[in-house]
This record gives sequence, structure tokens and C-alpha cells, in this order.
Amino acid sequence: MNARTEAELLQPSMHSPAHLSNTHLDALEEETIFILREVAAAFERPTLLFSGGKDSLVLLKCAEKAFGVGRIPYPLLMIDTGHNFPEVTAYRDQRAEELGAELIVRSVEDSMARGTVRLAHPGESRNAHQSVTLLEAIEEFRFDALIGGARRDEEKARAKERIFSHRDSFGQWQPKDQRPELWTLFNTRLAPGEHFRVFPISNWTELDVWQYIEREHVGLPSIYYTHKREVVERRGLLVPVTELTPPRDGETVQVRDVRFRTVGDITTTCPVESLAADAGDVVLETLSVDVSERGATRMDDMTSEASMEKRKKDGYF
Amino acid sequence: MSTTTATLDSNALQGDTGTALRFITCGSVDDGKSTLIGRLLVDSKTVLQDQLAGVQRGGETDLALLTDGLSAEREQGITIDVAYRYFSTAKRKFIIGDAPGHEQYTRNMVTAASAADAAVVLVDATKLAWAAEVEDGTVVKRELLPQTRRHTLLTHLLRVQSIVFAVNKLDAIDDAALAFERISTALNAFAEAAGVQVAAIVPISALKGWNVATRHADWVGYEGPSLLELLEELPVTVQDEAVPFAFPVQWVEKFSSSADTSQGRRVFWGRVASGHVEPGQRVTVLPSNQTATVAQVLSHTRQPKTVHAGHSAGVVLDREVDVSRGDWLLAPGAFEPVREITATVAWLDDEPLVAGRVYWALQGHRWVKAKVARIVDRVNITTLESEPTAQLEANSIGDVVLALQQPLAVLPFTQSRALGSLVLVDTATHKTAAAVLVQPAAAKA
Repeated sequence: MNARTEAELLQPSMHSPAHLSNTHLDALEEETIFILREVAAAFERPTLLFSGGKDSLVLLKCAEKAFGVGRIPYPLLMIDTGHNFPEVTAYRDQRAEELGAELIVRSVEDSMARGTVRLAHPGESRNAHQSVTLLEAIEEFRFDALIGGARRDEEKARAKERIFSHRDSFGQWQPKDQRPELWTLFNTRLAPGEHFRVFPISNWTELDVWQYIEREHVGLPSIYYTHKREVVERRGLLVPVTELTPPRDGETVQVRDVRFRTVGDITTTCPVESLAADAGDVVLETLSVDVSERGATRMDDMTSEASMEKRKKDGYF
Repeated sequence: MSTTTATLDSNALQGDTGTALRFITCGSVDDGKSTLIGRLLVDSKTVLQDQLAGVQRGGETDLALLTDGLSAEREQGITIDVAYRYFSTAKRKFIIGDAPGHEQYTRNMVTAASAADAAVVLVDATKLAWAAEVEDGTVVKRELLPQTRRHTLLTHLLRVQSIVFAVNKLDAIDDAALAFERISTALNAFAEAAGVQVAAIVPISALKGWNVATRHADWVGYEGPSLLELLEELPVTVQDEAVPFAFPVQWVEKFSSSADTSQGRRVFWGRVASGHVEPGQRVTVLPSNQTATVAQVLSHTRQPKTVHAGHSAGVVLDREVDVSRGDWLLAPGAFEPVREITATVAWLDDEPLVAGRVYWALQGHRWVKAKVARIVDRVNITTLESEPTAQLEANSIGDVVLALQQPLAVLPFTQSRALGSLVLVDTATHKTAAAVLVQPAAAKA
């Protein structure tokens, strides 16, 4: 699945050196390191949002190069929905320990216990509710900059976002009133209570990320590569069968060879069919996909064309 | 699918054709920028099925919807902020900044232009009075739209390396060849008067895809390459190599607990603004004026190396000197720090610039207070003449004299992008209010 069928796309000429340019990856890495250092220098209480997913692992690899092992000058922050793939949380903890980084975990379930998050029904996705827990963590630690692994190629609202994205005291993004961002003269001035979201890998694409993972031997949670998993087909997606996402009446459970293109909340993340066993295989698959990362894998983004924009206005990263 | 692609040898694909070209599309509202980008994405097969399905309206594909990603944009049918898009051809990778055309959002266009290697200025052939050559015995001067002129001037001022005019919607005109010829003449006349070098003028139909990705043979007498073929060959921005070494200190790394402490060493990280840095080189620190010798240089990933302009470096000096974030390491004697500069500003804030006000100015990583000592003039974008003014309104371009609270080492922006550029930030709202381009000293007395 996810395959382009046009014959010319599978010709080697379409997979030209431009796609695997080391100069291009070098330039992206350098830009990312420059931004990671700028955050370290310009803010008093920055943090790096770290989920254990591939984008945040690439960010962490760049941070390791920028600062050296054991010297990352900000803590890592994870907003836990309680609905994680165990392979991902285990890898997250292992990586933080290897790098000698401080890991702060704040959970949506604590917000529910406090009464600041109320679910409409028990099965509701907790993904959007992460914003509440995130804003609570920002207030608790008085963070003034949150580094995130979002990329502009993910989604149309993301494509509009600045690298240094200003948030008001309610954590809101003001898409119609973004600050001009001229050259690399980043205006990091804040009023009390405000903060920045900073996106050092804005200019990377999904393909760049995978090529970098291949080149730099970035380790990933195992579920990014092919494995056998129980799934059901639902609205064109492969929905993983878990305790939280049981099959519905009339659905047939099948065991398929799958991998995840993106990992997030179990209740909203779907794998794609694949036999890709390493980063090199995934690079080749990524060169020939015809469905976007979100289109192939995210149930929650399909509900409304502006759902990401709306969530970001609410304080989502 | 895996079985098909797995037969390709990934090693055979390794290679290097350089960095991506960053280009912007700009011009007036409805000149077809979003459609052009949609066309480039579709014709380069970058658009994925789910994204294409998302832009169907009433059975028709609306290419502009591929880039207008904010709900307010879709509601109003206009582009508010830059959409960044990524695509590749067999030859090259591209990063597009789709800049808004509305005058109200000029600040977002300037944002996109400041990072661009090239600009494609769209010109809508159907909006220009190109037909009348002589009316009542007098030659009619063919006027370009104000935003075409404004955006061309801004890209030129910001030293965007290549400016390409794409004359769009010629398919909707009866005598398209004559229209293209006359519009080209008007564009060349304007560019010459403004001192703008034009890389190319290409006739296109973004809607039909003519001359966008592929050539539309012999159309309107044009036999040159398609727009995409042109973009594949355009150069990336050339560094300001001829300027002596200058290095803004971004971040100071202290080794409080390592063995380096005994040597009292710190690493000063930053991006080399001009020249290069290597061990043994003498440097002067601004503002402390102390001098030291470079003991070691690290590349951005901490490997020892000589580092050239445009790249990040870590500099270790041979002795303990007073250096903090915002300071500059400079080639000794090469720069004369100044307390006053004359600069061209693109004013981006809704609050007009007025003489006497104090702003924050940022150069490199250094913040200083800057007072607007005097407004010299404003550019009339129609006549290109300078005219006196009491204030600079949003989206206007003019010259000002800034008095600086502390001395800065500056060069004209035409010589050095890094030493010649500043931003002004409103001290009350913290909004980025202006792009500041330093002029040659005494250029305007």
C-alpha cells in the first residue's frame, strides 16, 4: 500500500543524488544545531519536548552534536497521554539515560485527576487534551521556550509556522499575527507569562529525517520497522488492535506486516503495511509513497481540515 | 511495494549535488502564486493523493488550496502568511516560500525574501493596460502594479541573488505574443531604472502548466527554458567572502567540571559572518577591545577545523578575555565601530516609524538601543524617487539615521549581509518592526 504506481517514479533517475545529498543533510543539521544553541543562549528556562518518536530522536541527535554527551543544557519534557506504545516509552527512557539528560514526564491522567481535563466519554482520544497538561507543565516550571520536533511538511498549518513561534500567556498561536523572521536575527523578546515554541527541524522533510537516521545510525523504537501486528481495516487505515482499540462488530482481525511512520497516542496512530527492516529500506519506501505521513497514519486529523490549526491555537505544540 | 523498491541499490543512489535552492514566489494578489506553486508540486509529483483529494472543490481541482493552509485564508481566499513547501526534481531539491501578495502582509513577504536565493515575481498579464501603444497621439506609459514594483524592490534590496519575472495568465489573452513583448519591455524598463538585474522573464500559464515544469514549444515567441528548468540552474546565495573575519558570539560554553577548567578555557560558539577562522589568527573583541589569538577552532559538530563564512564554529582563545553572548570577534583593525548609522529600512509594523523613538536593535546576537535620529526620505515606489516624509508607514521603504546606544561594527549590506543587517523591535509590544539595511557611510549626507 501507499505505493505510487507510475512506472517512471520507480526509475533510478527519479531517485537521483539530489535526494540523498549529503550537502543538503549537512546544511539541515547545521541549521538545527544553530537553533538549538540559540535557544540555550537566549532563554532562561527552555525545555525540549521529547516523545521517543523519530523526529524528537533526530533532534536529540543534533543536540548531542551541539552540546556533547551529558551536556544538553535543558531538560527533556514528555507529555504522557497514558496511551503510549510500550516500545516507545522504554526507548525514550533508555535514550534520556544514555545522554545523561533530565527527563520530566507530566501526564494527562494527572490533569484528569485534578479535574482540569474532563473527557466527553471514557474512550475519547486524549491527544487534544495534551495541550492542557502541556500548559500546566509550562506554568509549573515557568518554561520560556519549548523546542519541538514538528516539521513544515507535515501539515498545511505547520507549513505556515515560524521557527521561533511566539505564544501569548494562554499558550495560543496567532497565525494571522506572526512576527516577521528576518535572516537569522531571531526576535526572542517576551512579556511575562508568554513563551516560544521553537522548531529546529522545520525545514526537514520526512525523507530528510529518514536519510539522516540512516546516515547517522540514529536508533529508533522497534515499531518503526517491520513487525507482525494484529490490525483491522477501518476507513482505509490499518487500526492496531490493542486493549484501548478493540475491533468493532463485524471487523475481522488480521495479522499483517506493518511499521509505523509516526508514533503518538495509541488511539489515534495507525501503522502502514511494510516489510522495511531498516532505515535504508524506509528511505526507499518514502521515495515512492503517495499518501502523506498524516494521511496514512492519523485518525484525528481527518475529521476537519483545520483541526491542527485549531489545536495549535489552543496551545497544542 | 517493498518488493519493488527493495531491488534498488541504495548505495548506487549516494551522491552530492549541493544544497537546496530556496526561492520565493511573490507579486500582487491573485497573480496566481498559489496556483503556480500547486502546479510545480503537482507536475513534480510531490503532491500526495490524500493532499490532492483535499483540494477538490465542486469537482474541480483548486491548486491554490494546496498552500493556503490557514482557515482564515480559505475563508477569505487570500494568502496571509508564508507557506513553506518542499519538492525535488531529478536535479535538485527546492524549498519554496509562497509569500502573500497583499500589501498588508508585506512583513511576511520580507520574512520569506530574507532567506531566499531566488525570487519569482509573478505578473498577471490580464491586469495590465499593455494594449494601448499610442492614445490621442501620446505614448501611453505602461504601468506595472504597485505590488509588483514593491516586491521587486524589496527582493533587490535584500540581495536576493536571482530575480525572475513570470508573466502569468497569457493564455487568457488574444494577442499573447504582443502582450508578452510589451510587458517584458515594461519590466525591463522598470528593472533598469531601479538597478535590478533580471535573471529571466518567462511567459507562463500556471493554470494550464505551460512553461512551468515543461516547455510549451514556440508559444508567444518564447524559446527559452521552462520556469522549473531555470530554477534548477540558479545559483545559491554566495557568501560575502571578501570581507575580513567577523564572528558574532552566539553562546558561551563553559567547562566547569572538565579537565579544561585548569586551562581556564571557554568555547565561543557562533556562525562565521565573514572571512574564515583558523588557529593562530589574531582577533579583537568588540566591545571590550581586548586582543587574543585563536588557539583552536571546532566545526559545528565539534570536530577541529578551519571554518568559513556561513558555517558555525567554536572558537577557543589562547587567554582569558572578557567575551559574552552578543560580543563580536573581529579581524584586528579591519572594522571601525560606529555610534550612528544611515540605513534603508523596510518598515513592517502597523505603528508608523517616527523620529525620536527608541527601539531595540539586534545585530548578530547583540541587542542595543537605537534611537531614530532622523528620517531622511521615503521611496516612492511608482516613480522610484525619494521624497521627504515625517514618518514611515507600514510597508514603506525609506532611509533613516539611527543613533546607537553602544558602538557596533557595521558594513554596508551590499558588502556584508551579516554585518549590514539589523532588525528593530518595538520596546513596548516586542513586535519586529523593521528590516534594517546599512548603507555605505556618507551615502546620504
